[in-house]
Parts: sequence; C-alpha cells; structure tokens
Amino acid sequence: MRIELVKRPQRSALFSMLSPFIAFALTIIAGAIMFALLGVNPLSAFEIYFVEPISQVWQLHELAIKAAPLILIAVGLSVCYKANIWNIGAEGQFIFGAIFGSIMPVLFPQFEGPLVIPLMLLLGMVGGAFYASIPALLKTRFSTNEILTSLMLVYVAQLFLDWLVRGPWRDPQGHGFPQTIQFGDSAVLPELMPDAGRANWGFVFALVAAVAIWLMMSRMLKGFEVRVLGSSPRAGRFAGFGFNKMVFFAFLLSGALAGLAGISEVSGAIGQLQPVISPGYGFTAIIVAFLGRLNPLGIVAAGLVLALTYLGGEAVQSALGISDKVARVFQGMLLFFVLGCDTLIHYRIRLIGMALTKPKGAALEAAPKLGEAR
Amino acid sequence: MDITVNILLTIATAATPLLIAAIGELVVERSGVLNLGVEGMMIMGAVGGFGAGYLTGSPWIGLLAAIIVGALFSLLFAVMTLSLATNQVATGLSLTLLGLGLSGMIGTSFVGQPGVRLPNLDIPGISSIPIVGKLVFGQDPVFYISIALTAAVMWFLFRTRTGLTLRSIGDSHTSAHALGIKVIRYRYLAVIFGGACAGLAGGHLSLVYTPQWVENMSAGRGWIALALVVFASWRPWRVLAGAYIFGAVWIGQLHAQAFGIPVPSQFLSSLPYLATIMVLVLISRNKRLTMMNTPASLGQPFVPDR
Repeated sequence: MRIELVKRPQRSALFSMLSPFIAFALTIIAGAIMFALLGVNPLSAFEIYFVEPISQVWQLHELAIKAAPLILIAVGLSVCYKANIWNIGAEGQFIFGAIFGSIMPVLFPQFEGPLVIPLMLLLGMVGGAFYASIPALLKTRFSTNEILTSLMLVYVAQLFLDWLVRGPWRDPQGHGFPQTIQFGDSAVLPELMPDAGRANWGFVFALVAAVAIWLMMSRMLKGFEVRVLGSSPRAGRFAGFGFNKMVFFAFLLSGALAGLAGISEVSGAIGQLQPVISPGYGFTAIIVAFLGRLNPLGIVAAGLVLALTYLGGEAVQSALGISDKVARVFQGMLLFFVLGCDTLIHYRIRLIGMALTKPKGAALEAAPKLGEAR
Repeated sequence: MDITVNILLTIATAATPLLIAAIGELVVERSGVLNLGVEGMMIMGAVGGFGAGYLTGSPWIGLLAAIIVGALFSLLFAVMTLSLATNQVATGLSLTLLGLGLSGMIGTSFVGQPGVRLPNLDIPGISSIPIVGKLVFGQDPVFYISIALTAAVMWFLFRTRTGLTLRSIGDSHTSAHALGIKVIRYRYLAVIFGGACAGLAGGHLSLVYTPQWVENMSAGRGWIALALVVFASWRPWRVLAGAYIFGAVWIGQLHAQAFGIPVPSQFLSSLPYLATIMVLVLISRNKRLTMMNTPASLGQPFVPDR
C-alpha cells in the first residue's frame, strides 16, 4: 500500500478548523493504547489524566499557572515561525528572563515598594530579548543557522543558572541548598484571587500578549510583513521589507515574551531561583504554537490543553505510579498528529493498493528507463 | 606516556557517538532531508540498547536493539515528512521531544540498574603492544564500526552510481524525479539509515561510554552531531575530523574539572556547546562556500506530481 498526496485547488477551510481536533482525538486513541500496554484501564487512566486535575476551582488556578508561560512563549514563537525563522531556544530565553528579573530581589532586597514588580518584569523582558539577540546577530551577521545556535544556548543558560544559584547568588542562610533567598513580599507577583487559588498575574500577561500579537498579525502592517517574508522572502524584498530586520524583530519579540514568562514564573509560582525552574516550558511551547495553528487566539486554547497534560502527568504518577514522563509522550504525540493532520489542509490523501497501480505504473516506468540510460 | 594514551582513548570514546550520528545525518541531508530528530533517535537507541542488554545480559543484542530502535523511530519521521509532506523542521523537533519523553518513560525502571558493557577488542599479543596496541587494536568494537562506516559512506557517496543518484536528489529533487529516479524511496532509505546510525550512537552511550541508563544521557550530542554536518560542509572525512575535535573538547573540559582548575565546573561544561556555536559561525561566515556545499533542496518538502 502506498500513500499518495493530491493537491487541493485551495486550502481546505474545513480541515483547517478540524485538524487540531482530529489530532487531539488521534492522540487520545494512541494514549489509550499506551495505557493499555502499561497495564492500566485506559478509561480510568483518562479520567485521572484529563478530568480529575480540573474538577475543582483551585485546580483551575493550577492550570492557569502552567498555561501562562506556555501561552506567553508560544505567541512569541508563532511570530517567528510565521516569518520562517526558527527560534527553538525559548527555554534559554525563559531562563535568562528569570535571571535578569531576579537581579532586583536577589541583589537589592532592600528596595521595596510598588515599583519593584514592574522593574523586575521589564528586566525579565530585557534579559530574554538580550539572550535571543545572540542567535539573531549570528544569523544576520554570519548567516549562522539559528536552529542550532539558539538550541545550544539553552544548555549554556541552564549551566549558567546552575552556577549562579550554587555560587554567587546562593542564599547564605540556605543551609547549603542551591537556591537564592526567598523573594521579598514586594517582589512576588500578586495572586489574582487569593481566596480561590494560586493563579497570578502571569496568566493575565499571557492573555494580553495573545490579543496584542493577534491584533498585530491580523490588523497591522508589521503582521503583514511577517507573513510576506515568511511565505516568500523574494516578494518581501521587492516590497522593501528587510529580512535582517525581521530576524531581529522576531527574535527580540519572542525572546522578550519568553523572558517575561520566565520572571513571572519565578516571581509568581516559585518565589526564588533554583537550579531548575522550568519543566521544559520553552520546548512544550513549540508544540503549543503548532497546535494553536500559529494563531495567537488558538494558542490560548492550545496552551490550556498542554498545561492539562502537565497536570495529568503529575496526577497519573501519584495515582497509578506511572512516570510523569507520560506527559512528555502525550505532548510529543500531539505535535506529531497535528503536523500530520495539517497535511489534510493542502492535500487530499489517497491510499493506493499495490495491485491497483501495477498496470499504470508499468506504463509510466518506460520513461524513467530512458532518462537513466542517458 | 600512559596518561597520553589514556586521554587519546577517552577522546576516541567520546568522539565515536558524535561521528556515527553525524555520518548518518550526513547521508540523510545529502538526500535533501533535514532530520532534526537526531537527539531523539539517539536517546531512544540508548534506552533500547540498555534495556535489551540489561534484560538479555548480552551487550551485542543490546547494540543490535539500539540500531533497530533508532531505525524504527526514524521511520516515524520518514512517513510524516516524505509520505505526508509535513514541515521537516517541526517534525524533526517533535521526534526529538517525543524521543526524550518516551525514553524517560521506558527507562524509569532502568535507573540505577547495572548495565552491561561491550568488551574492548583484545587480540592476544598484539593488543598488549605499548601505545599502538591499545590505540589501534584495543578499543571498543563500535569505534571500529565508526571508522569503517565513515570510509564506507565516503566510498558510497562519491564512488558509486547510487551515491551519485542520492546526491543528485539532494541537489534537485524535481530534476531527479523528472529523470525517473524514485525520490521518495531513496529518501526513505536514507532517513532509515540515519536513524540506524543515531540509534547505534545511542547504543554506544549506554553500552560503552557509560554502561548505565541515565535520563537525557545524550546531553545534546544529537544536536552537536547536526552541527558537525554543517561544520563538515557535508563531507564525511571532515565529519571525522570534527567529531574528534569535539571529542577532545568534551574530554578536555572533563579533565580540566578533575584537575581542579579554578574555573566553575559549569563554565567548563558549557564549553562543548559554546565551541559548537563558534565553529558554526566560523564556517558559515564564508557564505559562498556554504551555498556551494549545502544540498540545494535541503529541508524542502517534495510531493511528486503525477
């Protein structure tokens, strides 16, 4: 059997809308098979994975905490990917945002007041943008592949954070634990509804960023520029759009948003710097961006779904004793199916049995022989 | 003298997985496909190799399992990008993410278990010759495979007709298709070869380099292998040289840490990654040379029109 793609005359609006849902359904089926292989009843596993973690109000707050960094990072990445610029080092930019933002509460804990938080957020964005400017600079100056450089910088950022919290920034009263001092009260991102749950302002930032980027992409010239340069760099050049400028714009924007996510996470959910501050948000956000069809509003929904996979992973680990890596597997499968289903937007898929094609193939094969003989 | 020999031996051990994975990816990229899933296939090979070796007690079965797991895992990428024409960058990334998650899940029960190690080559009389004996006749079997593989790929790509066809597909899939070459079939085989190589490289990690299972034990080696291919301008012998330079950097920073050089260990650990960025910059500065060497249809999806 063979798979053949037949190009549609125009992109299918139906599948454009359906494909994330088909992908999600396929992930559920594959997940059911996986749970069955692990010797767990899939139905009860799914209940623990997808339903129980969001059945109470405080749990919805936890969902928002996990979704906020994913959405913030993913909306930035969506701009990059639309422009065909491949920033996959958001994890490193997240870490550098967290480090820059923590300069205030760690080095100057005596400063207090309402200005601390805005300053931290600003520094966080600067940190993320600074770290993202490295691959952008290397790409524009030396045309170095940004995929590899931005990824390599993730490892460097992780090691740098590790050094900071074990070395110069370690809490002297922390009994030797590798962590900084607890942030002071005025350096902690306030919770939205302290009586109901832990969700903090990070989630609001995520929603605002999503709407702002959506407006930029759909209503402003800049968004048009991103799309033109992404789909046809040549046409973009004729229109007078600079590709190098776009590389910087996309990297700085996505870096700043990843940095904002980093400092929001540290200041809101963790309260201090630790050797590890992210369960791979920067990488999971890549999945969020694609699941949301690179559309900021879709990304909000996708971010909530992926946040649920994190919570579900923790839930099955404690309830069924399955490794919480199962979350990673779900996320990976989801991205696979999303990409596969996206093919349906541009192509019709035909399955062709070998027996059917034989006679047709035989006629066609005469021509190739000629070519080869030459 | 003994120290020098030992350092050279460890460099070879560190370079071997980089070399194998990069040689595999080189063939894939020469066919015009960019598979960013090397890290994922490598870690799957590592966990598969460790698991099979641990369960059967035979490191050889482990090594074979690593190759098979790597190849099967790459098949997933092949179906997606070649049959369904998905974006290669995104699909490769998802292969890596899936591999890291899946290996972590499979490997949960292997953590802390004693592994099996492939024995080094030992030819009575010859392997005990000082210096040369150990370096040339006393290394682990995968080392010899890696050298043979490099030579074989060099010969295949530049001395055989099939190799020429493969390269022509990488340079222009439309022309190759017009000539009647089965572009998709060639690419399937190339991708699976790359997967088998990445799996073998992973098997080397968990059966030779550190015979145990540690989560994320590939530690970015798959990505460095990808960078090596660019660094080598898609030429096998340069991949060999590059892999050994990186092996030396990797071992050098470990030795520097052991000697207690007054530089934080984290900075030394980040050297291989920084070195990767540096060589990428140096090599890509020369735009003309890069343009000339890069397979022209690298990373572009191909849908044959009928």
